[in-house]
Amino acid sequence: MMSKVTMRLNGKTVSADVEDRTLLVHFIRETQGLTGTHVGCDTSQCGACVVHVDGKAVKSCTMLAAQADGSDVLTVEGLANGDELHPVQAAFRENHGLQCGFCTPGMIMTAVDMIERHGAKLDEKTIRHELEGNICRCTGYHNIVKAIKAASDQMAGMKTATE
Amino acid sequence: MYETTYHRAGSVADAASMMASAEDGKYLGGGQTLLPTMKQRLAAPTDLIDLAKIVDLHGISEAGGAVVIGAATTHAEVASSAVINSKLPGLATLAGGIGDPAVRHKGTIGGSIANNDPAADYPSALVALGATVKTNKRELAAEDFFTGMFETALEDDEIVTSVSFPVPAKSAYSKYPNPASRYAMAGVFVAKGADDSVKVAVTGAGQDGVFRVGEMESALSSNWSPEAVAGISVSSDNLLSDIHGSAAYRANLVTVMAKRAVAAAG
Ligand SMILES: Cc1cc2nc3c(=O)[nH]c(=O)nc-3n(C[C@H](O)[C@H](O)[C@H](O)COP(=O)(O)OP(=O)(O)OC[C@H]3O[C@@H](n4cnc5c(N)ncnc54)[C@H](O)[C@@H]3O)c2cc1C
Ligand code: FES
Ligand code: FES
Repeated sequence: MMSKVTMRLNGKTVSADVEDRTLLVHFIRETQGLTGTHVGCDTSQCGACVVHVDGKAVKSCTMLAAQADGSDVLTVEGLANGDELHPVQAAFRENHGLQCGFCTPGMIMTAVDMIERHGAKLDEKTIRHELEGNICRCTGYHNIVKAIKAASDQMAGMKTATE
Repeated sequence: MYETTYHRAGSVADAASMMASAEDGKYLGGGQTLLPTMKQRLAAPTDLIDLAKIVDLHGISEAGGAVVIGAATTHAEVASSAVINSKLPGLATLAGGIGDPAVRHKGTIGGSIANNDPAADYPSALVALGATVKTNKRELAAEDFFTGMFETALEDDEIVTSVSFPVPAKSAYSKYPNPASRYAMAGVFVAKGADDSVKVAVTGAGQDGVFRVGEMESALSSNWSPEAVAGISVSSDNLLSDIHGSAAYRANLVTVMAKRAVAAAG
């Protein structure tokens, strides 16, 4: 079956006729041409495909595009504000939170979600627990954890500054 | 994934009638088990009937000494619910330890129990807490609902609508997760009911899915302490044995997890 799927993708309304079995990740990458979201496994375990649907981190390889019809979807491409990186993106760069970069989009989307849920100022234990669903073959995780910690501390500062 | 036709149901009645007209349909909860299975081509339903947007299947409420959780309530919602954290802390811990944050944002209690994976966490809580499963056709006691590995009493077109948990005096869950998948290698849920009755239910270890440990229940009835279960081991005869761990290893884990759960319940 083909059906029309419409969603807000990074703030823009997009629409396409796709097969019902189309995964959200394929809709994002192939139909919409946004290749920042990656596919790293076949078993829903690696987290390279994490995007936000209606404000929640989900694995876009384990959701049909049709399930996201009418939803608001945010991918790594939608994080930066023009040329200005999101604090989590900037922190990954500053802390060498990536090597090959394959896991990075999923790591960043997961990090943004965990900071939103727990509030800024995360501790290391929470960060490691929350990274359960994201696999990295390169870094050994230490710099990823450091980057998320730095970003969450900085975002706590930004929050106080605006209060 | 083989071809399929997606339907979004607006109500339980709507979903049931969509199922009636489907050739070989399946309900879709959070999709965190069904979609991976379809991707592997191990399942090929002609129709998927999405229950996630049915308002009546959502929400957590407390009334008359019981907490009722709608079938489409996600693991993340259960883990962060104030009612669950105060009345059923063991259940909050359990839901917060399922898979990872992204899985918890989609996966639902209805989908988890309908699937009845022998390594799934929820079955142990339903059995230990003496929960009642409500469907669009009837009500079933948890112990009658789970009938074996990946088997339940559900008919093909039957929809789990909610699960009702009597509020216990104490409850806790302790699981030893498989380091790769996070599914339980052994998970033990202990509960002391409002009437002081004790139940101990084990998931992850049994060949036929969730089971109770009578010997631990009677020991805890007279002495609610980790020491009371420390010397009790379950027979490894009907336990799972696979590359992740032998039956004897799992039998030992059951005792260790039971001790930890009782300690956590306080
Ligand atoms: C990486 C990963 C790790 C995981 N780790 C764990 C873990 O540690 N512990 C654990 O317990 N689980 C784990 N899971 C499974 C997860 O909890 C699933 O969410 C759950 O088993 C199925 O729920 P669902 O809502 O996603 O159901 P679906 O996948 O949508 O459906 C599963 C089955 O239930 C049926 N179904 C769904 N809803 C209903 C309903 N209301 N009435 C009748 N039938 C229904 C479907 O037809 C299907 O047969 C993991 C999954 C993944 C991908
Ligand atoms: S590609 Fe989605 S979890 Fe690996
Ligand atoms: S940086 Fe290479 S997989 Fe993480």
